[in-house]
Amino acid sequence: MSHDTQAHAVDAHAHGHPSWKPYAVVLAALLVLTIVTVIAAGINFGSNTVNVVIALGIATIKATLVALYFMHLRYDKPINAVIASAGFLFLGLFLMFCMTDLDYRDDLKPSTLKEAPAKPPAAVPPPATAPHSAPSH
Amino acid sequence: MSSTAVHTEHDPTLQHHFATREQQFDASKIGMWLFLATEILLFGGLFVGYGLMQSKYPEAWVAAHHHLQRSLGAANTIVLLVSSFTMVLGVWAASQNKRKMLIVCLILTLLCAGIFLGVKYFEYAHKYHDGLLPGMFFDTKAHPEPAHQNIFFSFYFMMTGLHGLHILGGMGAITWVLIGAIKGRFHSNYYTPVDLVGLYWHLVDLIWIYLFPLLYLIQ
Repeated sequence: MSHDTQAHAVDAHAHGHPSWKPYAVVLAALLVLTIVTVIAAGINFGSNTVNVVIALGIATIKATLVALYFMHLRYDKPINAVIASAGFLFLGLFLMFCMTDLDYRDDLKPSTLKEAPAKPPAAVPPPATAPHSAPSH
Repeated sequence: MSSTAVHTEHDPTLQHHFATREQQFDASKIGMWLFLATEILLFGGLFVGYGLMQSKYPEAWVAAHHHLQRSLGAANTIVLLVSSFTMVLGVWAASQNKRKMLIVCLILTLLCAGIFLGVKYFEYAHKYHDGLLPGMFFDTKAHPEPAHQNIFFSFYFMMTGLHGLHILGGMGAITWVLIGAIKGRFHSNYYTPVDLVGLYWHLVDLIWIYLFPLLYLIQ
């Protein structure tokens, strides 16, 4: 507990907590949230989307607790939080565009467009029978 | 490292291209966080693929996840959360010059990691026995309906497998820190390796926090 004064001068930078007790509180919260998420998984909140959002919401609260306290982001230089957030931000972008693609892909397929069968029926088959000069074996 | 004889004031834990120990610590930490961001994106690709396939084959996903034992997944979640707690206690102990406490915490963390992998081995063995394997190895004769359950197990094994490899890697890193702690390399002015290995370990825990509800708790 007792640092000498010389050590304290260089010492003050990294230690978020003067005590370990806040970590125990965070652990207790994480364990309670784990039980909550298992119980919530047994309840149907209306639709699949709502269920998934609730499960991932609880997971995100847990992940935030781990990042802020166990990983010291709350007490760190903000640059580290910026880097971590950037990782999640780009993951979110990735997920968002993939999901919108999945939701609307069927609307844009040529086979689902009303005019599609009218135009190309004769034009498409002949090239398939013609010999390819391309390097396909 | 070697030429400390030039001036007696030289601190072996402060590399000469850093002005202060604090600057050195911050630089190491930024590097670690950059690595952790790439880890988020590495697992992110799998998470996105998993989400896409789940919305494509929802019935297969619900049916397939019934083969997972929720209690084992929950137990492993608790084990990993406790291991994160013992790890952060270890980092705190290092920052307070409590060498014995650091050693005990690191050993407890390793123990939790071992329990996690033991449970995982039990789960994998059970799935191997039942033919619940990824892709073409899935036993469709034993589990014909609904189709596409093999895709769930492809993701299950890829995600938990990659996570398991990270646990193994983390155990190696913790062992390395433990050896350093036993040799007395760390003190309140220098415990960067303990701190950075701790960050890595918490990230592995953080990924499991998402894996658990996604794989085990589907409705």
